[in-house]
Amino acid sequence: MSELIGKPVKRVEDNRFIKGEGKYTDDFNMNNQTFAVYVRSPHAHAKINSIDTSSAESIKGVVKIFTGKDIADAGIVGSICGWQVDFKNGDTMKEPGHPILVADKVRHVGDAVALVIAEDKYTARDAAEMVDVDYDILEAVVDPKAATQDGAPLVHDDVPNNTIYDWELGDKDATDNAFQNAHHITSLSYHNQKLIPNAIEPRAALAHYDSNDDKYTLYTTSQNPHLARLIIAAFVLSIPEHKLRVISPDVGGGFGSKIFAYNDECGVLWASKQIGRPVKWTSDRSEAFITDCHGRDHVTDAKLALDAEGKIIGLRTKTYAAMGAYLSNFSTCVPTYLHGTLMQGLYTTPAVHVDVTAVVTHTVPVDAYRGAGRPEATYSIERLIDTAAREIGMDPAEFRKRNFIPPFDGINEPGYQTQVALQYDSGNYEGSLNKALEVADYDSLKSKREKAKAEGRLMGIGFSTYIEACGIAPSAVVGSLGARVGLYDAASIRVHPTGKVTIHSGAHSHGQGHETTFAQVVADSFGIGMEDVNVIHGDTENVPFGMGTYGSRSLAVCGSAIMKSVDKVKEKGARIAAHKLECSPDDLEFAKGSWTVKGTDKSVAFGDVALTAYVPHDYPEGEEPGLDFASFYDPANFVYPFGTHICVVEVDKDTGQVNIVKYVAVDDCGNIINPMIVEGQVHGGIAQGVGQALLEGAVYDDSGQLLNGSMLDYTMPRADNLPMFDTDHTVTPCPHNPLGVKGIGEAGTIASTPAVVNAVIDALSEFGVKDLQMPLTSERVWEVINNNNN
Amino acid sequence: MISYKFDYKVAATLEEAFSMLEDAGNGGSFIAGGHSLVPAMKLRLAQPETLIDISKVSGMSEISKDSGSLTIGGLVTHAEVASSELVKSICPGLSECAGLIGDAQVRNKGTIGGNIAHADPGSDYPGALIAFGAVIRLAGSSGVREVNAEDFFTGLFETSKSDKEIVTGVIVPSYQFSTYVKFPNPASRYAVVGVGVALEMSGTKCESISIGITGAADHAFRARNSESLLSGSELTNNDLDSAISVVTEGQDMMSDLAASSKYRSHLCGVMLKRAISKIKEIA
Repeated sequence: MSELIGKPVKRVEDNRFIKGEGKYTDDFNMNNQTFAVYVRSPHAHAKINSIDTSSAESIKGVVKIFTGKDIADAGIVGSICGWQVDFKNGDTMKEPGHPILVADKVRHVGDAVALVIAEDKYTARDAAEMVDVDYDILEAVVDPKAATQDGAPLVHDDVPNNTIYDWELGDKDATDNAFQNAHHITSLSYHNQKLIPNAIEPRAALAHYDSNDDKYTLYTTSQNPHLARLIIAAFVLSIPEHKLRVISPDVGGGFGSKIFAYNDECGVLWASKQIGRPVKWTSDRSEAFITDCHGRDHVTDAKLALDAEGKIIGLRTKTYAAMGAYLSNFSTCVPTYLHGTLMQGLYTTPAVHVDVTAVVTHTVPVDAYRGAGRPEATYSIERLIDTAAREIGMDPAEFRKRNFIPPFDGINEPGYQTQVALQYDSGNYEGSLNKALEVADYDSLKSKREKAKAEGRLMGIGFSTYIEACGIAPSAVVGSLGARVGLYDAASIRVHPTGKVTIHSGAHSHGQGHETTFAQVVADSFGIGMEDVNVIHGDTENVPFGMGTYGSRSLAVCGSAIMKSVDKVKEKGARIAAHKLECSPDDLEFAKGSWTVKGTDKSVAFGDVALTAYVPHDYPEGEEPGLDFASFYDPANFVYPFGTHICVVEVDKDTGQVNIVKYVAVDDCGNIINPMIVEGQVHGGIAQGVGQALLEGAVYDDSGQLLNGSMLDYTMPRADNLPMFDTDHTVTPCPHNPLGVKGIGEAGTIASTPAVVNAVIDALSEFGVKDLQMPLTSERVWEVINNNNN
Repeated sequence: MISYKFDYKVAATLEEAFSMLEDAGNGGSFIAGGHSLVPAMKLRLAQPETLIDISKVSGMSEISKDSGSLTIGGLVTHAEVASSELVKSICPGLSECAGLIGDAQVRNKGTIGGNIAHADPGSDYPGALIAFGAVIRLAGSSGVREVNAEDFFTGLFETSKSDKEIVTGVIVPSYQFSTYVKFPNPASRYAVVGVGVALEMSGTKCESISIGITGAADHAFRARNSESLLSGSELTNNDLDSAISVVTEGQDMMSDLAASSKYRSHLCGVMLKRAISKIKEIA
């Protein structure tokens, strides 16, 4: 039995975070550095007639002002799209460019038109206000479906009907057939609203070009420094890759929004060479609202077909997925391969068809945000499921059980092949639901709901049984689907002469607790203490080429690379130990930090082997000194966490306010390394999902102005919006990675939104309400109650 | 904060503050807790050339009892009002109100004088102070004057205070019962609607009632129509329903992302009912 795996070890990184001693990008400074401010468009769509920088340039302390013309003259195109999704008819995806500074036309509020660099940030800000841009304001379009209509304003002249691609997955004919033969059809139409991620640390960059070495250094807020380096060096600025070092120090949250190599960071890196001085840029909150990639923004029609016995025979969705004004790095794969492929859920649905039209609008670009496509898919499925159960008068738990895929472990029973491309690795969906029903005490909840009704109170119970695909991903598979990168990860383990260990991780930690979880895995494997292991991440010159952290992949993918390196250390260590013990490596077993000759008490400790490897005086012939291995791991499949969330709400009849009174989450993320970290991820994930259900959403007016672009108006979830969570787990190990782990970073967000909405709709069911547009604000809920009373 | 450039001066006395303001010409602005001014400066919506810090001026940081009334200095923080035993004993509704402002950080820095001088339409204090018949004490270079709270708040961020005056204190009379309830904006936590109620009971009968409402219109107002229906009543459910039906009569309700005017108007009634129910529970 392991000493550390499965234990709630306290997070080692929290020591510095709690003391306020984390070191973030903006905390770094360089000699002679300058400060940058971007001049941004106040209009959603406007032609630029002219830009006059003369009065700004006359301010003392202004170093340089660049405009779109400078960028165009330098021949720089701007950041790129990393995933090609072509039209149904085979036509190539539309791929409009996004220059670092636009010269001709702005396409969303926040589009950058000039870059002001000054001796200090106050002067830079003052000067930015003095840059005089003459605009002709044009009509804008913000609704994804309306954008595809003939005559809608075009975001890019060369993208007809604002359509980037149309795409489908599944068997259309079989699905049409299922709907023709359906006994009952459930239909929903809704806008899975646009969300603003709001990581607590805004994006920042500190860029430096050293002419002596012809070398660039970029400190930046990236979830994946190697990916950032690859995109910036090879695709945006044409810097030889070995001449760019990207450092992501402590990063204050990402939720997806810091995966992307943004134009802003590229701009200051380019500028640092032009002016020959370091350039620092730090976004503020107002800027973050209109420049960090947003999430979701799907307009969807979803339908479910049932037979007379309450079996699901078909599911169909049609989605208009907004990309915003430009294609961010992974925007195109979110509504397709991270959304359509999940549309079977954990049901035996024999016919599924997903149709997606990707659309540009005059809004902030949209890309992966915690869950990325899977929350949208889960929302469609789980809202349909609860609605269908109500419509046919069946208990939603019973309805799910009737339609679940039976349990399979992926070893003795094969993986489950869905109608929409994926092969689930292992699952026990009914087991998860049963456990959640038990934890929630469903029978007693139902009687409480009856009692509330009798007393004139509104109480509702909502379910969400979800599955997601994470741990992305097998490189060959994603490559065949249009990805322009591989999705392996990498890690090295360096055992030092004294037996201490450093892990170099390709994954990046910005809240996930890798410094703890990875150390637990390695310390446990070598039988050494947590304090004997440290984790290095976030510097392209110090860690192997990993693809970074997103899509709940760090432990499943980078953790597997770590385990491969652990095995290599153990193999070589065994050869050294065998030499010392004068036996064959096959005679040895490794346990509790020592190699022991089987059946004897002859042993040699891990530390002794390490020392021998670096002081190889008496050493196996032909063996290299040292104990230091790097490994790459390309996953065999996605991993498929799943679970059941049950939400109980009470609705205040007088105000429409929704109060979550109980929340049960039973998640299955395979084997658990650190239950406390897993629980933290579940809590945070639920909070974000509740945020979408009840509180959050970008509000644009018809001219494309973001009306709630500040914390005064954009409602983030807070502690008092949430109940105490009842969390529990089932454990169905992943059959195809060494730790048997799946991934938990996004599960709470994916599961909770439909659970909350289902609960509110259940509470309002006496009013005949079938659906309400998210967020379910007090006023929206009150309107339902009020209309019914009048 | 990347504000415009400004000078910063600290005044030790009121006299010094007024003279510093005079010296600053049109660009001077007083600052105490900074919780209204600094956010506006951060967004570059306010551009004071000289900040005159009055937070060190003595004699404005005390809460005292004076012939049955409370006197609260203009520099007293929301946290101090919320936790003061004196406030709780004389006007518990004011303590409740202060405890509902913003969050702990805001309450620890923000001052009662600064709050009401700013007169944000969603600010909590105005609704409570109007209901509780408070008097606002103002000082200027030419002397001191007092204004009834009801006359003090005149419009959106508008008061009867001149730019050259300082709110030095607030006098709050004692009531038999007082309370404040609010429906907060879920994002900013300002009041979408906040209702202060002061009440004198004689047995089960309402002798007199005063109702102040904030958040709903461009400035806090007294719901006199509701007051006259409730005064002398037994505060039955029917009485309350009648009072609610006229609570926003004659007032223009604001409409924004947090609440339409229709919903705001409805919430005024709900919060009024809750405030009175709360008093009835303790009465």
